[in-house]
Amino acid sequence: MTVSRFRTILYTVVAIVAVAGLADATYLAVQSLTGETLSCGGSPDCFRVLGSSYAKVGGVPVALLGAFAYFCIFAFATFAAFGYVRARMFLILTIGAMFLATLWFLYVQAFLLHAYCRYCLFSAALTFLITGLLIAVPPAERRSGK
Amino acid sequence: MKRYLPFVIVVGVALVTFGSGAMLYRTKHEQLQAIPEDKALSANSGSGSPHIRGNPNAQVTLEEFGDFQCPPCGSFAGFAEELLKEYDSRLRIVFRHFPLTAHEHAREASLAAEAAGIQGRFWEMHDLLYREQATWSKAPNARELFESYAGTIGLNVDQFKKDMDGEQARARVDSDHARAESLEIKVTPSLYINGQPVDAKDKNPEGVRAAINAALAGKPHA
Repeated sequence: MTVSRFRTILYTVVAIVAVAGLADATYLAVQSLTGETLSCGGSPDCFRVLGSSYAKVGGVPVALLGAFAYFCIFAFATFAAFGYVRARMFLILTIGAMFLATLWFLYVQAFLLHAYCRYCLFSAALTFLITGLLIAVPPAERRSGK
Repeated sequence: MKRYLPFVIVVGVALVTFGSGAMLYRTKHEQLQAIPEDKALSANSGSGSPHIRGNPNAQVTLEEFGDFQCPPCGSFAGFAEELLKEYDSRLRIVFRHFPLTAHEHAREASLAAEAAGIQGRFWEMHDLLYREQATWSKAPNARELFESYAGTIGLNVDQFKKDMDGEQARARVDSDHARAESLEIKVTPSLYINGQPVDAKDKNPEGVRAAINAALAGKPHA
């Protein structure tokens, strides 16, 4: 297998994992927008996390921002798989920001809220997986035209 | 064609995500029905008279379906007290039991409140249960704590123990639960103002106040 093909496969896997993250974050964003996280009825720990003040930034549900971030990762990984060099840079920047955000939200759940939302943990696992996959991508050779 | 393929894939996924998100939103968006006339408070709406706090003849009735082990219900209980002070004789609050099966001690807490109610101290026990929610929710034997709370608020504890296991308390909790199920309630707290459901996204201080003000003004809340 050539390095280029290996790289394409890794970016494709990243794009597929990002779709799983997108589905998870979209579900949580809908829950937040319908107000379901302000009530009891689902998982007790999930509403403790998703109904907390940490679940919104400037009135916008964090899950919605997460869905946007996963979509960006999906888009950048797709373009990277097709050989767009700049997309790789944007992909690394986005996943770097998501990795840091994930560490912060794990800290919030573990030490501030003392409750874990399984959807948030799933998202954290996906972010770590994507980070790992990107670390495994061989360095890009210089290309012209894209 | 290959040049355009990533654009097609990305736009396709965007459309599918947006579409499924919108469908999920429509499905999840709680569409509670208004309380029908025949189930209004003036009619026979449960086993015995409802638990009312505030002026019994108030212009606005806020009916809450709550679960004593549900933290948002606990937050709402504190806010409800503020509302009663704020709206004074214009508001009455009715509490209905809707203990969720996911909450281990919720039904027992409802029975404790009802047992206290038989001795005329429903609201004292209601307030104490919410105040101490974090303690008894995690206790392996919550009933022992409920019995100690009964002593704290001056109940006859032996009578309280009997009443907790009695038919009257059970019937009352079951009756409220049946009322909630007939209204297709799934979550707690579920709120109705003059028989109109409060939308899930309005279950916050501003939203509830706006709904009460609309009811006072005789307008349907949007």
